[in-house]
Amino acid sequence: MSDRHDRAHLYRVAALFAVGLLLFFVARTFFIPKDFGVYGHYRAGALDDARARPIAYAGQAACVECHSDVGDLRKTSSHAHVSCETCHGPLAKHASGDDPAKPVRPDGRTTCTRCHLKSPSKPAAFPQIALHEHADEGPCIACHTPHAPKL
Amino acid sequence: MHRVPHAARAEAVGDAVTETGRREFLLQTGRLLILSGAASAAWDAVVAGEPSRSPNYAVSEHWWAMVIDVEKCIGCGSCVRACKAENNVPLEPYYFRTWVERYIVDPEDPEHPIVDSPNGAYDGFPERSVKRANIKTFFVPKLCNHCSHSPCTQVCPVGATFESPDGVVLIDKERCLGCRYCVQACPYGCRFIDPRTSTADKCTLCYHRLTKGLLPACVEVCPVGARQIGNLKDPNDPMHEYLRTHKVQVLKPQMATGAKNYYNGLDGSVR
Repeated sequence: MSDRHDRAHLYRVAALFAVGLLLFFVARTFFIPKDFGVYGHYRAGALDDARARPIAYAGQAACVECHSDVGDLRKTSSHAHVSCETCHGPLAKHASGDDPAKPVRPDGRTTCTRCHLKSPSKPAAFPQIALHEHADEGPCIACHTPHAPKL
Repeated sequence: MHRVPHAARAEAVGDAVTETGRREFLLQTGRLLILSGAASAAWDAVVAGEPSRSPNYAVSEHWWAMVIDVEKCIGCGSCVRACKAENNVPLEPYYFRTWVERYIVDPEDPEHPIVDSPNGAYDGFPERSVKRANIKTFFVPKLCNHCSHSPCTQVCPVGATFESPDGVVLIDKERCLGCRYCVQACPYGCRFIDPRTSTADKCTLCYHRLTKGLLPACVEVCPVGARQIGNLKDPNDPMHEYLRTHKVQVLKPQMATGAKNYYNGLDGSVR
């Protein structure tokens, strides 16, 4: 008799434990996304989320597809390796035709000085201009041609 | 290992039959667990669907790394502006996925460099006269190092940040709680909390561009080619030749983070 009672309390604990375990596994299926753990300890769909962003910069190839004249002009110049969008800004919507507005022309002074302002931190071989010695005001593009700088 | 003394004890009390039963039970259960585990993993892959929706991009064929040439950087900040525009990063200061630092180093005291980065170099660097003649000064672009043993992914309590199979450290915005643990863990200070979503944010190496065959925005706009991206799984990638022929260094190698941004011409004073 006492032996049976001794077992009964063990069964009750075992039953509770089993129910708890079952609840844990059921809850787990609800809280953990289906694709969690395919590659590692994360949701595989997060890769697709990161990939789904729209682009803002069209890339050099897209620019010269239409503007081949400027592309050819720049080919032999010292600005040959400067991407169009470095100065002209992000123009993916312009390239895809989603934005009919004509892109704003970059400022002919601040755009230039961002790179060419004299600074001891810049590599010595890089062409630099001490503005106060060279030209205190006026746009750089009055004398220099940005697509094929020769001066 | 821990079962050996157990079995020895069972034999000692002469309960050999029970022990055999237990061993068989354990083996059977183990086999069942292993099989069902494998089956469930396979099922997960099936229900998750094809992971790469872009047909021409195979995750398994890429391992992205970057080369940053300190000797070429002119501190124009084109990369910073491009990054903010491309990735919709808050324009206020202190939110940067990439930024440029200016180092001013006394060659005799490289332990204490003067470092500044006005607005992350978003507007370039203002003119700054260096009084002493024998001073060393240069620019260092910084961004996520996309470490292959990244401390930031190890501390995430919910699996919201991870190293992708193609070597990019990404954030799952749906799962991130904004607990800031990863922000503290990154030894390079490359993470911040986006005030609009209260989730962690960082450089994705322009994953949305890489997978479309485009260059990351910072690499695209760099006018001097100070930033280059390469796929180390492609044996024909010129980066292999570059890494072989240049003396490159990663930031904080003592942290053993497996950083994949290789700096050419990096000065010892850079932290």
